[in-house]
Amino acid sequence: MQSYRKIEIVVGLFVLLGIIGMGWMAAKLGQVGGLADEGYPVTATFSDVGGVRDGSDVMVAGVVVGRVSNVRLKGNEHALVTMTIQPGVQLTTDVIASVRTKGIIGERYIRLTQGADTEILESGDEIEETESALNIEDLVSKYIFNSSE
Amino acid sequence: MIRVEKLSRTFGEVAALNAVDLQVRKHQTTVIMGGSGSGKTTLLRMLAALDKPSSGHVWFDGHDLASIRRKELYELRARMGMVFQYSALLNSLNVYDNVAFTLHEHTQLDESIIRTMVTMKLEQVGLRGFESFMPSELSGGMAKRVAFARALAMDPEIVFFDEPTSGLDPISAGVIATLIKDLTQKTHMTSVVVTHDVHAGLQIADYIILLWQGDIIAEGTPDEIRQHADERVQQFLEGRPDGPIPFSRSKTAYIDDLLHKPGVVRIL
Amino acid sequence: MMSVSFDAVIRLLGSLGRFALTSLDRMGDATTLSLSSLALLFRRPWQGQHIVLQLYALGVGSFIIIAITGAFTGMVLALQGYYTLAKFGSESLLGAGVALSIIRELGPVLGALMLIGRAGSSITAEIGIMRVTEQVDALEMMAINPRARVLLPRIIATTIALPILVTMFDIIGLASGYVIGVELLGVNGGAYIGEMISKVMLQDLYAGWVKAVGFGFIIGVICTYMGYRAEPTTEGVAAATTKAVVAASVGVLIMNYVLTSFFL
Repeated sequence: MQSYRKIEIVVGLFVLLGIIGMGWMAAKLGQVGGLADEGYPVTATFSDVGGVRDGSDVMVAGVVVGRVSNVRLKGNEHALVTMTIQPGVQLTTDVIASVRTKGIIGERYIRLTQGADTEILESGDEIEETESALNIEDLVSKYIFNSSE
Repeated sequence: MIRVEKLSRTFGEVAALNAVDLQVRKHQTTVIMGGSGSGKTTLLRMLAALDKPSSGHVWFDGHDLASIRRKELYELRARMGMVFQYSALLNSLNVYDNVAFTLHEHTQLDESIIRTMVTMKLEQVGLRGFESFMPSELSGGMAKRVAFARALAMDPEIVFFDEPTSGLDPISAGVIATLIKDLTQKTHMTSVVVTHDVHAGLQIADYIILLWQGDIIAEGTPDEIRQHADERVQQFLEGRPDGPIPFSRSKTAYIDDLLHKPGVVRIL
Repeated sequence: MMSVSFDAVIRLLGSLGRFALTSLDRMGDATTLSLSSLALLFRRPWQGQHIVLQLYALGVGSFIIIAITGAFTGMVLALQGYYTLAKFGSESLLGAGVALSIIRELGPVLGALMLIGRAGSSITAEIGIMRVTEQVDALEMMAINPRARVLLPRIIATTIALPILVTMFDIIGLASGYVIGVELLGVNGGAYIGEMISKVMLQDLYAGWVKAVGFGFIIGVICTYMGYRAEPTTEGVAAATTKAVVAASVGVLIMNYVLTSFFL
């Protein structure tokens, strides 16, 4: 029976370690209660989001301040992007949202460039000024088109 | 104690037992004898409700083991014990824990009482002092005696023995046979022994049942069996290789097989 | 000639059909056996002590091998990933690549395969030997239901142990990947961690853990079944052990595909 006690304790430790590990991973990597969940939503309409999707980064001056929480089609021609911005980050009402690429072939993210207004965006507000994705194929075809003229 | 009615068991197409009727009487040692493949182990497994019959009934004290529910069966099992051919000690437990197993599992007794009971059972089989041995450290004969002590732990009314003397040296076999006989008399229990060991069987039996190919060919006291008129019984008792129980089990004529006669079923 | 090849085709189809039927039959048998065992979980007597003992033997006992596998998997992923990503100049994505491969795929799958090798084979062999030596019948004679005592605790133990082992595999794999990627190959540590954190979603973690629970369960079911239904001879147990390892590994890989397509 003495040895069973010992086994019981070891198994208890094993299970406890597992649960702590899971909790730690969920908190550190899965952002439970982190960036993804907390914050306030703002929306923006783009004519082309070129691959931005749920979970894409939202950055101000290269710093991640939030995450795209939803992308859907609006009025059959525009893309409506909903972003969740961390609490404490204040965006001016004339902030510019643009779709950018990390590196040349990297993934898409949304860059926010602060404006000069003193007024601050509220939860649920829409960003008026947007800049759509730069499409490399468009650029290339434009270049070819222009040079042949 | 046990009454068997028209008990049959088939495995696929092969019939191991053909509508057997028999009785096991209280406070007696009943020995079921027969050669290999005679259906005696199958019969024992059904007497102990380890196997369900294809048809027929096994009446244990008014309960039909053929159709009993698991819960009731487990209550009856407290009154049964079994010593298996290969002892079947739980090899993760030492001798003490093996003998105490049912007491630990099914009773709320104090450990000191259990210790006394285990000591008594081990004394009965002459193995007191071996409590801390593991089953792998025991010889075949000792393991069988521990299995015997384990079967006795709950003071059962009936104990089943599957080939208690097979695989043992003559002295160990003799010890086991004597133990079965003595303990059956001393503790007023009922024993059912399955064996092909004619010598031990005749020595310990109060009543003998002789099986051959799924049928009972003789039954009675050891003396009646010794004087039985049936040729097959005498052949079995004397261990003659050929007789009414043929040496050759082939079903086709030898000459046909040698000549590769067509129409003979041959296993490729 | 024609009739011979036709015969051969018929015979092939016949044996294929027979194989499919026996496989289905055995799957059905395994399902009923394990479900009838699991149904005993909440029935008295409570088998908690035996579940703990099996968790110790199967779970804690497999920790070392899982740790070693996890460490080397993380290390080789960092090396391979670096080699590939450096061609595109995207070394900063290394952390994300290593973490996602380990958490979504390699942790659960390699963890499951190691558990089969370390614990699954021993489950089958142990139960098979209990059958050969009539210990299963002995339990039955002592009014202990072998399904509740022998099968149930092992199925529960692998189901609980594998997610825990996979979590440890993940953490050790990520740490060793970090050591190789950052300390040895010189990837920027901040980028490594940052990309890892931003790319790994909670749903990736869930996917890994759900897989681990599923794999642990089928390992328990297949290995206990193979042992319980092993032909009670020495060769029978040996054959059953081999069959259990093969069937459990294939089962894990098939289930992995199904679950992955489910989670993407």
